[in-house]
Amino acid sequence: MDLYDDLDQRIKWAMDGGRNNPKSAQLLEGKLFVRDRLSLFFDGGLDMEDGLLAGAEKKVPADAVVTGIGSVGGRKVAVIANDISVKAGTWGYQTLLKITRMQELALNLKIPLVYFVDSAGARIDEQKQSYLGRTAWGNIFHNLVQLSGVVPQLCVLFGPSPAGAAYIPGLCDTVIMVDKKATAYVGSPRMARMAIGEDISEEDLGGARMHCTLSGLGDILVKTDEEAIAVAKTYLGYFPASFEQKPSVVEAVANGASVDLTKVIPPDQNVPFDIKALIQGLADDGSFLESKELFAKEMTTAFIRLGGRGVGVIANNSKFKGGVLFNDSCDKAARFIWLCNAFNIPLLFLQDISGYMIGSSVEKAGIIRHGAKLLSAVCEATVPRIAVMVRKAYGGGYLAMSGAPTKPDAMLALPTAKPALVGPEAAINALYFNQIAELPPAERAAFINEKRQEYAKDINVYSAAADPFAAEAVVHPNELRDELIRRFAIYSMKSSQTIRRRNAVHPV
Amino acid sequence: MKKIVSPMAGTVWKILKSVGDPVEYGDAVVILESMKMEIPVDATSQGVVTKVVAQEGDVVDQDTVLIELS
Repeated sequence: MDLYDDLDQRIKWAMDGGRNNPKSAQLLEGKLFVRDRLSLFFDGGLDMEDGLLAGAEKKVPADAVVTGIGSVGGRKVAVIANDISVKAGTWGYQTLLKITRMQELALNLKIPLVYFVDSAGARIDEQKQSYLGRTAWGNIFHNLVQLSGVVPQLCVLFGPSPAGAAYIPGLCDTVIMVDKKATAYVGSPRMARMAIGEDISEEDLGGARMHCTLSGLGDILVKTDEEAIAVAKTYLGYFPASFEQKPSVVEAVANGASVDLTKVIPPDQNVPFDIKALIQGLADDGSFLESKELFAKEMTTAFIRLGGRGVGVIANNSKFKGGVLFNDSCDKAARFIWLCNAFNIPLLFLQDISGYMIGSSVEKAGIIRHGAKLLSAVCEATVPRIAVMVRKAYGGGYLAMSGAPTKPDAMLALPTAKPALVGPEAAINALYFNQIAELPPAERAAFINEKRQEYAKDINVYSAAADPFAAEAVVHPNELRDELIRRFAIYSMKSSQTIRRRNAVHPV
Repeated sequence: MKKIVSPMAGTVWKILKSVGDPVEYGDAVVILESMKMEIPVDATSQGVVTKVVAQEGDVVDQDTVLIELS
């Protein structure tokens, strides 16, 4: 055969992967072939690809993984994409070499790295050279950790990611999961049956919906491969190429709906409302990207744009569980703060918080550890940070939500704000405990009620604003958007220093 | 049979549905009082109320069954 025809044929064979293999049809059902995913994701396909011909001697096209670099929205992005049509996307020795090389390249070039995961895990018949030792599959996780916080690492989980491979989503910044297709578990349903006698379906054990709702491993649940790719592009638009750069400020889009926000926020503090209506009322049109929508819904975390500037929002959502801080809500917020702070994304806190959850079940589950984690993330954050007292701002919850003592760049308040160490109910019972006990039982209710009303009158935004740092400004909700845009523009010029140390000893 | 459970510890303040009432996904069926907030408990599936397990004033833990649907 002609030397050059031979090359063409080898390339074609590798590019086709297993897409024409009848055995792969089931694995590709309802999915896009890996190269079609890449065509959709990159502006004009890959600019370069490494190791296309690796694995050929084993008759494994590209050793079941595509690694390369292309442009997304005009910026370079590196990709590592499993090919499920080849040996179920499993990892061999050359897979390991290709993946680790692309990780090292992304680190050196300081560009985002995206993992398109769709793999049945490690190939047992290649374990001898790939499992133990210094050049082995475990290097992939070692590199994930080295890259963390240096460049954005996004995982799009299109299919399986079992056992060790589950730590790719586990170690990435954010995980997009395709419903009914993506799975991740340490031990398969078969292993669960063998090891502990549990009978459970793959979907219930490690399906996308389970992870996006209960475990918190998944951040964004999508319906199709196409939607996953579209969300991945939007997500990357909020991020700079690396921690050394700031995210780009895009052209501002007005908030067209012009909703009257005084109507959105119920003045009765006990009546719950969906904080997302307030967030939507502040954001540039079409800029709301929620992270962990289905997990710990009492805390809302989302990327929005304010006058074109990307901002990470952390907000108590009283529509769910009263917006109270639980273990999971603390974890959710802490991780989101770390993510934004790592990549110079400013933070906006919206406070409507009656406190941490109380009772033996949360205490046993370690709410103090989890609350400390959130407090630690807030106090460590050095990006521009504004907190807004929307309604209740009580006690420890107020601090965890970036209260003034945690030194945000600004502490703003709406006229509906109610700042206090504790709410009127708890305060009166504590303050007047002895007096209440001495009263004849018939008079107690009236006394408590009177004192509560006095107390409630005293906790209002203007008593806080008397201290210039407890509320730097009291703002009309319909003017909050413009106030935030102006302030973030100013605080984005700030210089910040991190304390010299090896690492803080983080609560987890 | 589908069960609607308490999302958190608290006191049952109001029960909004009776046996025989149809319930749509997302309908509030019970209002809890917890952490000084009114916490609406929404139906997680649709059906008809077959049993109201909770009573107003009950102190409930997280995951306590409040209402059963067909």
